[in-house]
Amino acid sequence: MKSHVIVFPGSNCDRDVAVAIKNISGHQPQMIWHKETSINQSDLIVVPGGFSYGDYLRCGAMASTSPIMQDVVKKAKEGVPVLGICNGFQILIESGLLDGALMRNSSLSFICRDILIKPKNQSSVFTKKTQVAKMPIAHNEGNFFVTSEQLKKIQDNDQIAFQYCDENGNVSEHSNPNGSLENIAGILNENKNVLGMMPHPERAAELAHGCEDGKTIFESILN
Amino acid sequence: MTNHNWQFQTEQSLVENHGLKLDEFEKIVEGLGREPNLTELGIFSAMWNEHCSYKSSKFWLKKLPTSGDRVVQGPGENAGVIDIDDGDVAVFKMESHNHPSFLEPYQGAATGVGGILRDVFTMGARPVANLNALRFGEPNHPKTKHLLSGVVSGIGGYGNCIGVPTVGGEVNFHPSYNGNILVNAMTVGIAKKDKIFYSAAAGIGNPVVYVGSKTGRDGIHGATMASAEFDEDSEDKKPTVQVGDPFTEKLLLEACLELMKEEAIIAIQDMGAAGLTSSSIEMASKGDVGLEIDLSKVPMRAQNMSAYELMLSESQERMLMVLDPSKEEMARDIFKKWDLEFEVIGKVTDTKRLILMMNGKEEASIPINILVEDAPEYQRDYIVEEPSPIKEYKSEDFDQNNILKDLNTMIMHPDLSSRKWIWEQYDHMVMADTVVRPGSDAAVVRVHGTNKGLAMSTDCSPVYCKHNPYEGGKHAVVETWRNIIASGALPIAITDCMNFGNPEKPEIMGQFVECIRGMGDACSKLNYPVVSGNVSLYNETNGEGIYPTPAIGGVGLIKDLSNVKTLSLKEDGNFLCVVGKTANHLGSSKYISIIQSKEEGGTPEINLDTELRNGNFVMDAINQKLIASAHDVGEGGILVAISEMCMSGNLGIIIEIKTNFPHGYFFAEDQSRYLLEVSPNNYDECQKLANNNDVHFEKIGIVGGDKISIKNIGDQQVSALKRSFETGIEQISH
Repeated sequence: MKSHVIVFPGSNCDRDVAVAIKNISGHQPQMIWHKETSINQSDLIVVPGGFSYGDYLRCGAMASTSPIMQDVVKKAKEGVPVLGICNGFQILIESGLLDGALMRNSSLSFICRDILIKPKNQSSVFTKKTQVAKMPIAHNEGNFFVTSEQLKKIQDNDQIAFQYCDENGNVSEHSNPNGSLENIAGILNENKNVLGMMPHPERAAELAHGCEDGKTIFESILN
Repeated sequence: MTNHNWQFQTEQSLVENHGLKLDEFEKIVEGLGREPNLTELGIFSAMWNEHCSYKSSKFWLKKLPTSGDRVVQGPGENAGVIDIDDGDVAVFKMESHNHPSFLEPYQGAATGVGGILRDVFTMGARPVANLNALRFGEPNHPKTKHLLSGVVSGIGGYGNCIGVPTVGGEVNFHPSYNGNILVNAMTVGIAKKDKIFYSAAAGIGNPVVYVGSKTGRDGIHGATMASAEFDEDSEDKKPTVQVGDPFTEKLLLEACLELMKEEAIIAIQDMGAAGLTSSSIEMASKGDVGLEIDLSKVPMRAQNMSAYELMLSESQERMLMVLDPSKEEMARDIFKKWDLEFEVIGKVTDTKRLILMMNGKEEASIPINILVEDAPEYQRDYIVEEPSPIKEYKSEDFDQNNILKDLNTMIMHPDLSSRKWIWEQYDHMVMADTVVRPGSDAAVVRVHGTNKGLAMSTDCSPVYCKHNPYEGGKHAVVETWRNIIASGALPIAITDCMNFGNPEKPEIMGQFVECIRGMGDACSKLNYPVVSGNVSLYNETNGEGIYPTPAIGGVGLIKDLSNVKTLSLKEDGNFLCVVGKTANHLGSSKYISIIQSKEEGGTPEINLDTELRNGNFVMDAINQKLIASAHDVGEGGILVAISEMCMSGNLGIIIEIKTNFPHGYFFAEDQSRYLLEVSPNNYDECQKLANNNDVHFEKIGIVGGDKISIKNIGDQQVSALKRSFETGIEQISH
């Protein structure tokens, strides 16, 4: 089991996700500085949350041009599982690995709180073990948007990974924290080996967090 | 303006514009043996203003207890340091950014957070928690909405980006802050005890290195501005507010911590208030050496900056270090990796002078001791005013049928309502070690990779301080102590942020003196010393001073995280018990201010012996695993505290008490009280422990249902109460 966590200037959830992976899989992920140009054989590449390049220009835009991203894109196309969380999701969109855009939250303010999500695609390597799950979000730009053509495409191809929902799994406007289209919290690429999601499963991954629902996402891919 | 006796070449108005008094100028001339040039005058102005020199407060601050078994470093360094076992230390401090935040709330608050973070990581600690203490004017004051939303987004904007969780804080609203809000920011960091970095320069000839951002013209004379009162023209001072860049600070943090793993840094000091001036002088003074700096080597953001501007700029995200010369290249490589400036700008000398060169010309030469040791120190005149009289309230003046209605009104008020609207804008979980989130008595953050944690709380009740500064000073300290105990921790030490009006007014100085006396008595009795702090004076607008506000930030240690307590009620059938006696002290309470719209009745007094006994009892009971949840009884009194426990746990309660003065019982703010949820199985044991320690302990209710039911008074749905509770702050922001 070999996993890698990319570290950009301004990443700040790199350690958190590495700790979660270590606790769940028993293996210490390797941290990869963004100026490097290649990643060795990998079973999982994580693009972590944070504020890469201070969110300057546009969230994720500058990080997507970091040297290491060429190899991340190449590995993703070869089928290596790639997981982007929060700012990592924004970076994966900016690198063209995922469709859509992440706009400012409809409230126009940063939101940090627990939300509930449930998988729409239930067969991907990331989503197959997860039911309705509680975990935190912490972002200013998580309002997912795609054109209606793109939406039809990702719906037809079962690329919606997670949707914001209530305790009973109902997807409604009331359970949508940030205005995302179709309550989308995470999406997959066409091949289902790349996942971008706004919620932070690494912050709901042990008893001390008060909730362990985020573990299933790592467990499904690491075991 | 011209003084008849003025006999110097330097224009008198120039001296006054630098915030220096005429006798202070005479002192400079005497020390130098000549008149200062403009650059030197700027340096004296920066060092001798109230903010940097503590000239009005130093004499009194020395009276606070600052030592204890766990104190590794008390006041005088960038931050205080306490021992938290296993070779670990906690490093923390609170600092004010009041004046800039009033002028430009987003940047003022953001750079306040940036500055206090640097104070902590300068010492070698990784910051693990941010807290704050905020005061705004009346909720309906035309400026409050703008200031509240600006300050909150500024604090979030900086803390969220740098990736340090903002886990706690406090907010009050009061007319005395209409023209002068308070923004106090606190950072707590964790380091190894044998890897703490200090600021004393050493090693003659060693390189003085500048790292971080380039220097621009922003924030020139910020510290001098922060040492003056506001008037109608204060908006013109906006250019003195600095602009923050949390992304650069994140890089600076990582680069500094990476370099700190090597044996390369001899001394390090952040460039905060008064920038390059205070950092270089601080390092030289602490090390009893001189520094020679070539200002033309300072990385500059603007063209043609003068020596004066370079020395007084408060550009953010900069540090000054003295390095081991053999490690210079290795250090340069680390900063290069993080895309940060790294420039050798000078060297340590044996002259004990600060010598500034620029393009081959000497711009300043000042003996360090006259800047620091000979800085003015005042024992200002003070008057201690009589505390407001304590009023006895009578049961017949209150209608007990209104108790639940009054509760609803109180809990909707911005002073007592949920702070969720604020803390949801802060990332309070990044670093994945937050164990108790905002909204409980104290926030708890795990020490990474261990099973121990730090409990932290900020507190102050300015109304108490105004009406009895001595008791108010005690209360601010004790309130953090109680919050930390109620969370299951051992309180260890505090940082203070002393926000007051103009110290040249004897009655304001009297408030300061009395608050310090109260704080000192509480700290001594509770073995809870002060390890760091900050003073912010001249918080006045058009001659109106703020209420005395000694904000306290307390830190405690939880050795075993399984002992963490929150205020949420846990289980049907458990007993709710009160610790400490209620004596119907309604004076200065939230009940009187919110329901009766009055400020009267005097400050509740604290018996420190009772406080210590009650607190120790709660600590013992928690450590013996007898307690399900715990909450201190603070502003608003017992019924507000009970409601908070119910709303947090989504559980109801049946309350039965014996009193002939229900309003007094439910809303009084008598001190030294806690509420404890105890399972019936542990109740006898708890009662015995209380009896053995001479502690008043009394069962007042049984947990269960979805209502707060008070026998002979009425019922209130918890869910409905919660809806009221969550609207208070949001009302202001809409």
